[in-house]
Amino acid sequence: MKQLVAFEINGDPVEVAAPVHHTLLEVLRYGLGLTGSKQGCDKGDCGACTVLVDGQPVLSCLTLAVAARGKQVVTIEGLAKNGRLDPVQDAFDRCGALQCGFCQSGMMISARALLNEHPCPTREQTKLALSGNLCRCTGYTKIFEAVDAAALQEADPKA
Amino acid sequence: MNSPLHRPALHESGHRHANGEALYVDDLPPPRGMLHGLVYVSPVAHGKILRLDVSAARALPGVHAVLTAADIPGHNDIAPVGKDEPLLATDTVHCVGQHVALIVAESLAQARRAQAAIVAEYQPLPAILSLKEAMAAGSYLTQPHLIRRGDVQVALQSSALVLEGEVETGAQDHFYLETQVALVVPEEEGGYRVWSSTQHPSEVQAKVAEIMGLARHQVVVETPRMGGGFGGKETQGAHFAALAALGAGATRRPVKVWLNRDQDMTQTGKRHPFHSKYRCGFDRDGKITGLWVETHSDGGWSLDLSRAILDRCLFHLDNAYYLPNLHFSGRVCRTHQPSNTAFRGFGGPQGVAVIEVILERAALALGLDSAEIRARNYYGPAPRDRTPYDQEVKDCRLDRIHRELLLSADYQNRLAEVAAYNQTSRYQKRGLAFQPVKFGISFTHSMLNQAGALVLIYADGSVQVNHGGTEMGQGLQTKIRAIAAHELGLLVEQVRVMTTATDKVPNTSATAASSGADLNGAAVKLACETLRERLSPVARSLLGIGEAEDLSYQGGTVRGGGRSVSFGELAAVAYARQISLSATGYYRTPDIRYDPAIGRGKPFHYFAYGAAVVEVEVSGLTGEHKVRRVDILHDVGDSLVPTIDVGQIEGGFIQGLGWLTTEELVVDAQGRLLTHSPDTYKIPTAGDAPRDFRVALLTGAPQADVVHGSKAVGEPPLMLAIGVVSALRRAIDAFRPGAEVTLAIPCTPESVLRAITSLETHESGGNTRAIAGSAGIVI
Ligand code: FES
Ligand code: FES
Repeated sequence: MKQLVAFEINGDPVEVAAPVHHTLLEVLRYGLGLTGSKQGCDKGDCGACTVLVDGQPVLSCLTLAVAARGKQVVTIEGLAKNGRLDPVQDAFDRCGALQCGFCQSGMMISARALLNEHPCPTREQTKLALSGNLCRCTGYTKIFEAVDAAALQEADPKA
Repeated sequence: MNSPLHRPALHESGHRHANGEALYVDDLPPPRGMLHGLVYVSPVAHGKILRLDVSAARALPGVHAVLTAADIPGHNDIAPVGKDEPLLATDTVHCVGQHVALIVAESLAQARRAQAAIVAEYQPLPAILSLKEAMAAGSYLTQPHLIRRGDVQVALQSSALVLEGEVETGAQDHFYLETQVALVVPEEEGGYRVWSSTQHPSEVQAKVAEIMGLARHQVVVETPRMGGGFGGKETQGAHFAALAALGAGATRRPVKVWLNRDQDMTQTGKRHPFHSKYRCGFDRDGKITGLWVETHSDGGWSLDLSRAILDRCLFHLDNAYYLPNLHFSGRVCRTHQPSNTAFRGFGGPQGVAVIEVILERAALALGLDSAEIRARNYYGPAPRDRTPYDQEVKDCRLDRIHRELLLSADYQNRLAEVAAYNQTSRYQKRGLAFQPVKFGISFTHSMLNQAGALVLIYADGSVQVNHGGTEMGQGLQTKIRAIAAHELGLLVEQVRVMTTATDKVPNTSATAASSGADLNGAAVKLACETLRERLSPVARSLLGIGEAEDLSYQGGTVRGGGRSVSFGELAAVAYARQISLSATGYYRTPDIRYDPAIGRGKPFHYFAYGAAVVEVEVSGLTGEHKVRRVDILHDVGDSLVPTIDVGQIEGGFIQGLGWLTTEELVVDAQGRLLTHSPDTYKIPTAGDAPRDFRVALLTGAPQADVVHGSKAVGEPPLMLAIGVVSALRRAIDAFRPGAEVTLAIPCTPESVLRAITSLETHESGGNTRAIAGSAGIVI
């Protein structure tokens, strides 16, 4: 059985017909072709599918698509504004925070959510905010550095 | 304008990763009519298939095919080396998770319904579920491999200290964030195009052809990139590509086979568990007099790469140390588990772990610190320069690394600080350990050390580079781009590194053994040199200079005689003058060989070196522990791209840390894996990263005969994490100095707590034991 779900994706309104049991992740990846969000475990343990729903980080593999009805969903594809990378994206690239890249969209979304709440996070806050995002390639160090660099950039855009 | 080589660089696809555009196989737009393949697997560890009825499953809506071994048009074998692994089981199943049938349906939900409708009956057969059971039962996949020198027996008899014991290291799941996946599209003339997340596109091509009964030229395999590989996609990606091809052949529609995490962990092989018994002698100064090791690995139910992995374990039992007398034997056991496979280090870490456990025990027994006992045993000038397999250790950098790292890590002061802390702290103790590594670089199967490249210059001066290596996050493409840009004197933006594809470069080796950049980089360099040789006469004529005058290619411009021409103009003129603008490059590593029958040879082109100082803190109440600080100094020669190499070192260390401290695979009495997803299987998280993590590259240390003086980096740093085990042993020892520490790997909090408790109750160690040599120190 399919159901119509209307929500906002990266600033644009969409309406999708999705089987009722489909998760938001499935609708994003296979319905809307937004493949930046990844499926690493499908049970809420790896963070690769993290998206922002009404500004909050949410695991889209654990969220039914119907639960997004009427909400604002932001994925990695929607983080850049007016053709400019978000400072988090820019910092992840500049700091060499990513290796295979598979964890990174979820990681960057979690980092974005962290900086929205704590513009100057301590290392402990960063570790906590990213503790649900697994990365198998890096030692996390450069990811922490990227978060710091993004925070710095936002505090002083000219820096 | 400078060359991009030997400088920090942004990740070749970094920008695309940052905005979510980088495509992995499962992200490719689905081709029209694509179906989904789901594998039906054995529920029993060992059994005869009495009945396999797929008719009800076949009849369900949306189901296009349910395929079994009988439906394979070619040869039902997916083994990379032996001929012992059918793609789909025939009459017997050998592990839980072995592939039995493939369901092809319009949706995964429909495929799952069909899976439930398959009727199968198995007659259970006795199953061997662990390495210990296999050793007891004499269940083997190989004959013993022996490496010997001198007389260990005699050496031990006259040793001041003899240690005896066992070291067990466990399995590890690769946990690449991107699970196994392949997409196959039928093409004209009965051929197939395959998109596979694999480290070995050529083997996928060969295996798909073999399964489908085709010649290799009818199969093209492309690998855009992987979301991590770590060895897990060296041989075992082929299974899923072959299954997808089987489905595509039967339905004449594109078929994707993608595994979710639980399926991936249940169906694929792991790092080999190893069990080693040892006897090791030392003189009064802590120098090793002789080492006897008998090791067994758990190969799982089929051979896969287990033989080469066991060989590499034996080749690394010496790690960084000269062993005057030795006797090593190793054998692969057969169990009813998924076939274990390559994993970063490829048996090396399992070998290094043995000698490092021995050294740390000896250091504690002899009252030496962790660095000192190691320094006393390093390879050195002749005769202390011969490995157990008689390769000369040339240009050994351990002494230098040792000296520099002790200084930069402030080792001596911190030893005193740790001792002072342990004096006053009752429930928390700290340990400081030193961990060197020497790692042999080359495929030990010598003929695999070859690579090809194809470089294309277009008439506007832009360049495409093709080579046989695959990108899995290790930064190979970033290095290759830097090499090509350097050779042709271009900006990196003018060079595009293409998707790896078997129709560009044939017969490639796996991207493995840390050799991706060494081999493919050298091939790309040679192809570029050929092109430059063809372009230079054209450039000279454009610049109006003669043969003798210098010509330089840099930053997209060719200069000579005070004039310059852009690379684009040069390419356009060369094209107009009918000069060929594409070239291949081919490289093979010179002068390597090994004879397993006598355990002698030169299996490695060179050795990579590194060392770490590791400090941990342990809670005596809970066994919980933290890595407080890690200092690493690593030898990557003249680094091709230092930012990439530092990332590899950090990531390798953390992966080793996971193997040794948090990752534990648990199998139940029926042979079913219980820890098949991240809710129960714990890889390191952000919180597990060392609080203070300092990584430096050895400077001014170019390596001869390797592309641009660089050295391989993928695997060696993983072994530095073994220092965590030594540091934990020291911290545990601090709770009751002098008592024998029995510490099981992985060193989970439970394991550490057990080690501390057994100190207190003074139980004599379960699996380690010290005996007195004739001039003995008894501990
Ligand atoms: S895929 Fe959603 S948390 Fe892993
Ligand atoms: S970069 Fe590969 S999993 Fe994080």
